[in-house]
Amino acid sequence: MSTSERPAGSTEEQAASSGPHPLDEAAVENAVQQALQAFEAAADLEELKEARLAHTGEKAPIVLANRQIKDLDKDQKKEAGKLLGAARGRVQKALSARTDVLEAEHAERMLIEEAVDVTAAPRRKPLGARHPLSVLQEEVSDVFIGMGWEIAEGPEVESEWFNFDALNFDPDHPAREMQDTFFVEPKSSHLVLRTHTSPVQIRALLGRELPVYVLCPGKTFRTDELDATHTPVFHQFEGLAVDKGLTMADLKGTLEHFARQMFGPEAAIRLRPSYFPFTEPSAELDVWDVNAKGGPRWVEWGGCGMVNPDVLRAAGVDPQEHTGFAFGMGVERTLMFRNGVTDMRDMIEGDVRFSQQFGMEV
Amino acid sequence: MRIPLSWIREYTQFPATGMAEDLMAELVKVGLEEEDVHRPTDEISGPIVVGEVLEKHPEEQSNGKTINWCQVRVVPEGQEQTLTGKGIDPSGVQGIVCGAHNFERGDKVVVTMPGAVLPGNFAISARKTYGHLSAGMIASVKELGLGEDHAGILVLSTLGLDPQPGTDAMELLGLYDSAAEINVTPDRGYAFSIRGAAREYSHATGTAFTDPAEQVQVPDAGTAGHEVILEDSAPIYGTPGCDSFVARKVTGVDPNAPTPPWMAARLRLAGMRPISLAVDISNYVMWELGQPLHFYDAESLRGAIRVRRAAAGEKLTTLDEKERELHAEDLVIADDRGAIGLAGVMGGAATEVGESTSTVLIEAAHFDPITISRSKRRHKLPSEASKRNERGVDPLLPAIAAQRAVDLLVELAGGTDSGEITQVGEPALPAPITLDPALAERTTGVSYTAEQLRQTLSDIGASVEERSPESWTVTPPAWRPDLTIPEALVEEVARLIGYDQIPSRLPVAPAGRGLSAEQKRRRQVFTGLAGAGFTEVLSYPFYSEEANQLFGAAEEGAELPMVRLANPIASQHPTLRTTLLPGLLDAARRNVSRGFGAVALFEAGRVFHPGGTLGSTTIPGLGAHPGAEHIAELEAGIPDQPLHVAVALTGEEPAAELGQQARRRDWADALESAHTVAGLLNLQLEVVQGSHQAFHPGRTAELRLSGAQSAIGYAGELHPKVVEAWGLPERTAVMELDLEALIAAAAEKVAAEPISGFPQTSQDVALIVEDSLPSAQLRATLAEGAGELLEGIELFDVYSGTGIEEGRKSLAYALRFRAQDRTLTAEEASEARAAAVALAEQRHGAVQR
Repeated sequence: MSTSERPAGSTEEQAASSGPHPLDEAAVENAVQQALQAFEAAADLEELKEARLAHTGEKAPIVLANRQIKDLDKDQKKEAGKLLGAARGRVQKALSARTDVLEAEHAERMLIEEAVDVTAAPRRKPLGARHPLSVLQEEVSDVFIGMGWEIAEGPEVESEWFNFDALNFDPDHPAREMQDTFFVEPKSSHLVLRTHTSPVQIRALLGRELPVYVLCPGKTFRTDELDATHTPVFHQFEGLAVDKGLTMADLKGTLEHFARQMFGPEAAIRLRPSYFPFTEPSAELDVWDVNAKGGPRWVEWGGCGMVNPDVLRAAGVDPQEHTGFAFGMGVERTLMFRNGVTDMRDMIEGDVRFSQQFGMEV
Repeated sequence: MRIPLSWIREYTQFPATGMAEDLMAELVKVGLEEEDVHRPTDEISGPIVVGEVLEKHPEEQSNGKTINWCQVRVVPEGQEQTLTGKGIDPSGVQGIVCGAHNFERGDKVVVTMPGAVLPGNFAISARKTYGHLSAGMIASVKELGLGEDHAGILVLSTLGLDPQPGTDAMELLGLYDSAAEINVTPDRGYAFSIRGAAREYSHATGTAFTDPAEQVQVPDAGTAGHEVILEDSAPIYGTPGCDSFVARKVTGVDPNAPTPPWMAARLRLAGMRPISLAVDISNYVMWELGQPLHFYDAESLRGAIRVRRAAAGEKLTTLDEKERELHAEDLVIADDRGAIGLAGVMGGAATEVGESTSTVLIEAAHFDPITISRSKRRHKLPSEASKRNERGVDPLLPAIAAQRAVDLLVELAGGTDSGEITQVGEPALPAPITLDPALAERTTGVSYTAEQLRQTLSDIGASVEERSPESWTVTPPAWRPDLTIPEALVEEVARLIGYDQIPSRLPVAPAGRGLSAEQKRRRQVFTGLAGAGFTEVLSYPFYSEEANQLFGAAEEGAELPMVRLANPIASQHPTLRTTLLPGLLDAARRNVSRGFGAVALFEAGRVFHPGGTLGSTTIPGLGAHPGAEHIAELEAGIPDQPLHVAVALTGEEPAAELGQQARRRDWADALESAHTVAGLLNLQLEVVQGSHQAFHPGRTAELRLSGAQSAIGYAGELHPKVVEAWGLPERTAVMELDLEALIAAAAEKVAAEPISGFPQTSQDVALIVEDSLPSAQLRATLAEGAGELLEGIELFDVYSGTGIEEGRKSLAYALRFRAQDRTLTAEEASEARAAAVALAEQRHGAVQR
């Protein structure tokens, strides 16, 4: 009996029922070929699964043929086992090879199908931002930390003594009036919203061992109406150094170093005579702003001077033994000319666009 | 202080071609900061000339108005017009239509010719009007920018002028002059004068200075003048209110004499309005020398002048026609009728120089600055006089300034010096200062020579007596009451020689400790919050009481002490914040109204809680350590000001975008931010179902430090009513924490646990409990019951409905176990689970599902 002569339909009929005879070499070969063709013809993993079930499943001709081996006699068993073993091996190998190919194709196709327009990516968790006034205060602090200084702090509602008297502001002197002070009710409580960060000088001297090198950043208050260049709540940083043998040369050197850290290596400073009750001599500080709009120019940056001996005395320091220098600048003002902010109101209104343009930087 | 350039030139070498900017550039070197430039020619330009009215024909118009058609000669008779330009008539006579009537044929007036520009960018041209070609304008005081005088046309004869037609009227009226405005620091009262500014100019430039005070010839003596008595029953700090008083009398003053244009021009540039010749002279002398003067109508005085403290309740009507009740500390000038002036601040109405005054009594006195300063503040009367008197005026000036006023009244007002001189009192001069010359180098780092020190001190007018190389006695000049300590003398030396001579040296601080732990942690929190999507804002701490109450007190109506301001910027915001939320919500609303409906904001700032005592009754004085006890008292009165952190969340995040569904932010996001803050400090917060009047009653988390019994903050959704009242987007969520307390609770350092390499075992448990039991509580109980083998516990299901009794719910947790030293057996894990369940049964009546 030649299997090749048999109509395909009858083979399948036979296969469907009991499969080829296990020793029917041609029939087995036919079944193998059928399987190999079916695997090759499978276009995707789904079709391959069908082909696999048909040709390796419980009703597959080779499986059915295999099942008949047990009914053969001993010699035939061995021969049939060999024949069918080889056949099954070929089928499995082909199946595995085809599976690999189709899986690889599938994986490739998936990657293509999963492609997205990465330029249309949604923002899931946008970053927030620090306020540049806060970041600037931290940056200034870090410059001084780098010089071995420490950061000192004090309360915003402050005793008049710390804010004025200890700093040599006479109650009857016009300088005291010029500070446009917020007073706490009742006025007899002698409490004010600190008009500058200078009271922290006194606190630092009272609370620390000499020598003292501190920077004091923080909020300050004066009764100005809000407009493009004034705000009743603003920020300052104050520097104080009290040690043996300090002179205005040390003040100048410190400010020069600081200015270069803040404005770049070309920054320069200039001192002009001025007056503050808590320093003598006193000076206004200008900085050479290389990046100013309309070309480099001197910009008023703050005040400074040698600590008035009366201030040292108020804080229990002997001015014969120790001298000191102090300086103070406005954070808003620094931000305005350093970063080109033109309207003070932008800093306090809380519009997210303002802080977000700075991110975590300043 | 404004300095007309023509004025300072009289006493300095300031060049004729120098501009206001040049003057300021020099003055700033010695500490007089530039403020502004006042230059009339920035606003007004010619040709503006003197014209003679040749013809004036009134013409009635159909609108009922009468105009004058005038012919005005604008070149001298017999000369030709040299000006050219459109509308300028070569004949030298301009035809001008004028609506004003207060001038006559023959009057000399100011003609603004075609081509001129007047203040307000008002360009003059020839134009057709009322049927004529009007080629120019006959100008008024107001049109020329000289004042607010509405009298009409400026007729030059009223200024005592009779110039040739064609004369440059701008020159005549002093309009080519300009003024530099400088900022005078409060210590240097003497710089509020041309005399002081001129001296400083010479310091800055090293050029010659002529002291205007030395140009005045003061007679040695005169006949006895008006009686003046100085009394002081209550001097402040032992200093008499008035230590020197000079009175001079000038008779036969013409009350109608005009102020000469040069004087009016200088006063205008100085910022003072010309009023009448007598008043203008007193102002002029004050500006020139720095000595405030007061002129009395001598006829109106009754009896002797007394300078004394006011009687409590005494009344005075000042020059501004206001009746003022005086304080016993006020110093007054009085005569027999009572107070006639608030000394050094403002004169009285009753003795004012007026339109009929012909005898003037000049007062020039030296007052105690503190007395003046207090009266000025008490009566809110800042004036040019008080400004100088409260800073301290040269005590030697009164006699000189009075003489200068006499001279000007004689010269300009036709007066006669009566020859009577009153001079009482003995003014206190600045006290000598002992200076160790080495202090200059010790302070500035510059090694000045002894000669430099000597020279600069004598340049500023001080006298120097070198008693030894280490001890000089330096007596400051009379006009420098601010020089009281040696360091002030060092400043004078340093500023005159130049601050640019000071070398630069970077001092080396002792090794520092870096940021404090608290400062470091704050930064960690702020940066972490920004990283978590929050944008930092800085809002004002001024709130309404209602806002403080609503957000600052959890319980409605609870007492909430607040710090109040005596002088708030806005009366509706008189209290300091006790919470950050209102400021943050204002910022949120502002963003929403600007089109940013989804914002996540944070703020960190201090809030204010008055303690038991608010402030202190006494304040220690200047220049001395007040003692530890007094300092402790001051500290005790300072309100508690803890640092808080708060967030506000509105709108959706993520937003609806391609491939992404929007999610509305809610209470859980606010709570998450609290965990973020705590996490940034390596702390765990306990969350308790809470209640706060500003929050949604069912969506409020009270936040506690682990194991604490009281709130350290709140997180959740705002109450819908609050959301509506504050104009916020629906479901706005907020969080606020006492950051200071949180930071204080953070561990000083982290003690590390070993990481176990043994496998994890997981077991689930579902428990049925009362609906009202917060899941976090059950979780905590399970964790406690499971013991130390428990590594983690997560809630993965909440169920109520079919199969669960009404009023109860089922909570399912995954428990993860791991041991440090071994692989756990299933039995061990089950035991731990059973222990957890047992504790839950015992504590909450939980039943296993």
